[in-house]
Amino acid sequence: MDIVVMARVLFGSSLGFHIIYATIGVGLPVMIIIAEVLHYIKKDSDYALMARRWTKGFAIILAVSIASGTIVGVLISLLFPNFMEIVGQVIALPFQMEIFAFLIEAVFMSIYLYAADRLPPVLRFISIISVALGATASAILITDVHAWMNTPAGFNITPDGSVTDVDTWAAFFNPSFGVTAIHVTLSAYMTVAFIIASIAALRLMRKGLSSKERNYHKKALTIALYFGAIMSLATAINGHETAQMLHEYNPRKLAAAEGLFETTRYAPLSIGGYTSLEDQRVKYAVEIPYALSFLAGDRLDTEVLGLNEFPEELWPPLYVHVLFNVMVGIGSLLIVVAFFAIFWRHVLKKEFPGWLLAILAVSGPLAMIAIETGWCFSCIGRQPWTITDVLRTGEAATKSSSVGFLLGLFLTLYITLLFITGFVLRSYFKRNPASKDLDAVH
Amino acid sequence: MEASTLAITILWSLLFIYSILGSLDFGAGFWGMIYGRNDQTSASQIANRFLSPTWEVTNVFLVIFVVSVVTFFPFATTLLGSILLVPVGIGLLLLTIRTTFMVFEHHTQKYRELMRLTSGFSGLIIPALLVSILPITLGGFVDFENDLPVLHYAELLTHPTLYMHIAFGLSTELFISAVFLMDYSKEADDWSAYQTFRKHAIWLGPVSIAIAMLTIGTFPAEANWIVENIEDNWLWFGLSVFFFIIGYTLLFIKKQDGVRGWSRLAVTAIILQYGIAIYAYGSAHLPYLVYPHLTVTEGFTNPSTFYPMLIVYGVGFGILIPAFYLFWRLFLKDRRYLKQP
Ligand code: HDD
Ligand code: HEM
Ligand code: HEM
Repeated sequence: MDIVVMARVLFGSSLGFHIIYATIGVGLPVMIIIAEVLHYIKKDSDYALMARRWTKGFAIILAVSIASGTIVGVLISLLFPNFMEIVGQVIALPFQMEIFAFLIEAVFMSIYLYAADRLPPVLRFISIISVALGATASAILITDVHAWMNTPAGFNITPDGSVTDVDTWAAFFNPSFGVTAIHVTLSAYMTVAFIIASIAALRLMRKGLSSKERNYHKKALTIALYFGAIMSLATAINGHETAQMLHEYNPRKLAAAEGLFETTRYAPLSIGGYTSLEDQRVKYAVEIPYALSFLAGDRLDTEVLGLNEFPEELWPPLYVHVLFNVMVGIGSLLIVVAFFAIFWRHVLKKEFPGWLLAILAVSGPLAMIAIETGWCFSCIGRQPWTITDVLRTGEAATKSSSVGFLLGLFLTLYITLLFITGFVLRSYFKRNPASKDLDAVH
Repeated sequence: MEASTLAITILWSLLFIYSILGSLDFGAGFWGMIYGRNDQTSASQIANRFLSPTWEVTNVFLVIFVVSVVTFFPFATTLLGSILLVPVGIGLLLLTIRTTFMVFEHHTQKYRELMRLTSGFSGLIIPALLVSILPITLGGFVDFENDLPVLHYAELLTHPTLYMHIAFGLSTELFISAVFLMDYSKEADDWSAYQTFRKHAIWLGPVSIAIAMLTIGTFPAEANWIVENIEDNWLWFGLSVFFFIIGYTLLFIKKQDGVRGWSRLAVTAIILQYGIAIYAYGSAHLPYLVYPHLTVTEGFTNPSTFYPMLIVYGVGFGILIPAFYLFWRLFLKDRRYLKQP
């Protein structure tokens, strides 16, 4: 493999690893807050227990998200030095603010984790709120850099590559910042809700649970379903706006996402299938007439640009169509699942049957897959540019020949850590099952 | 002050903070490992009690340092990124293993011993890797080949200055952490741990100073420029040694209650000693970031980005001061935390 490719693989896989833990780190504090509030309102000690157990899980996850975050934070400068040279001059602000968001999160997380029993309730509550604010702020700020890479603003670049006319705030509030930041935040909240739902569903599928335990897990599932339903709906609505942002600022990416070659009005939406270069269309797809035009411009006759408007060497890889579909498909599916489960349980007032629990049990992993494919779509769909229309990936990357060596080391590390975290979480919650904590509380 | 001088001063202050916090963090990890299976003293518990709530904050300071280098000195990234890719990459790998194992150790029963050893030993190797960046910037190890900066590993790895730098880094790490943990044990009223750490501080102090002096003697020939600057700065280095002597003497002074060592004052004096030495070394390093390829002004960003960043620093640390205060009260002062069984 050539050095640039290895640098991209190394960085992409590092982010793909980091985002698993980081997403949980963004969403879980919000779930803990919900449990704390419910405990306060209902005076039901199950919710306090929930908050405590989720916090323990969070502490384990946080270790990996901080460690992997440190890796990506340093690797980005090592692997893409020419890119960081421009970032440092134009969009350094969110990077720096993010660090303070981390500091707030780290300080209050230690306080909440190790000093909760010594704090008055108000301070304890302030602590967990600060953790959630810090985590969400850090996600929004790093997303700002990503948004700026997609829709760069706030500077000019001379033919010899020097940066001029820097406008820090124009870069900060670049065109796609708002929608993208909201999309990232909502999708992280939604994902964690479904992960909690998965765990609760798996527990409820066990035979021989005591009624105390059954009640505990049902309460967790209810919180997760309501929060997940709201968040998944909001994610989809905002995803629609994100697509319109692409239509306006990044039509090349939208065309690749939809496998559209010719510019068309009344463009149909292709769902599924794969983009075929020879046939210049998406094969084996289900087509919804007019839907793409509507998605892009809220009108059936919106003109959507096709890939042929752009030189072929500037096309992103055509498989991004699949990535985009997986994200949207999972998003739509999970809305249905969440609302159906709520309807079943709280309108029909029936117990969850085994098959519904089984579907809920896979909802968390599915949401995580949507996160991964969504990010990969966004970063791969930007190719061949690292900063759209400004800096090509080949020019951004390091020329150092040691990348291959590091690639091997880091891939091994990630795979090992994935297994070890799973193992540690399992062994911790096996030794401290909810039943044991429930007995201690009641 | 010129903007770029201000930037390098801030950067150097962050380096100072991180090297203190990092010494405490890695040092505590090491002492925790050494005394982990020893039933005679609670030194390991004391070290871990300090480590549990603080490591995340320490880690963020490492990230602040890296982000500040890149954002204040973006024109340094190409050079630094190319020559440091491998050493920093390996450091990151070890840091990840250490962080995760340290946290996992508390949550599992199996493999605990292995995790403890791994996180303890990496507490020595990581600082060794970090200090080995210093000699690289002094000159003689970096060249340009086809416009690409390269680090000459063979020369670096066979040069005595590398090993003296590492010895210097490790001995100061262990000395600072021993003096600090001695004071931390005192807060916890744990006198057996106190004596354990005091014993180590007493032999590590002179060792670390001696190694520091010897290290300067091993600088490569290309680094004559900094040796001259250091000699010009002798007053400051002298002051630093003076504070060391004060701090070291305080370890032996008997207080009214008959216990030897005035730990709080000793910690303060040692941190002052260290701070003065770091700033003196930093000013001797000017104007170069990497000799002779890169100076501070060449690496500096444009002022229109720099001033907003300064405001972010001011506001950021301003917001955090009450949080740090609360943190300090809860983990470094509160006897309910310090004295838990
Ligand atoms: C649980 C995860 C999840 C779900 C269900 C969805 N998304 Fe998404 N999407 C993301 C998670 C995500 C993401 C991982 O967070 C991305 C990657 C980069 C970004 O900004 O957000 C993203 C990016 C992203 C982009 C690209 C933005 C860019 O490249 O600038 C578009 C157009 C959409 N999404 C649209 C949608 C639509 C129409 C959805 C309908 C259901 C949808 N997303 C569901
Ligand atoms: C949008 C995707 C991302 C999300 C949601 C995210 C979120 C998070 C979260 C929740 C943490 C743990 C916070 C803590 O310190 O307590 C974290 C750590 C970190 N992330 Fe990410 N991150 C993302 C992408 C990135 C990228 C692309 C970079 C770097 C270029 C990065 C750099 C870091 C760093 C340096 C840390 C460690 C900070 C520390 O020491 O605490 N992250 N991230
Ligand atoms: C956290 C979730 C993310 C994932 C899974 C992800 C995934 C990827 C992948 C797969 C690539 C390689 C693309 C290719 O070369 O074909 C890549 C490249 C890159 N991404 Fe992302 N990305 C994420 C978030 C971010 C964020 C938040 C930033 C901005 C700070 C970012 C900045 C970059 C850069 C600089 C590159 C390398 C240059 C390039 O290939 O364009 N990524 N990412």
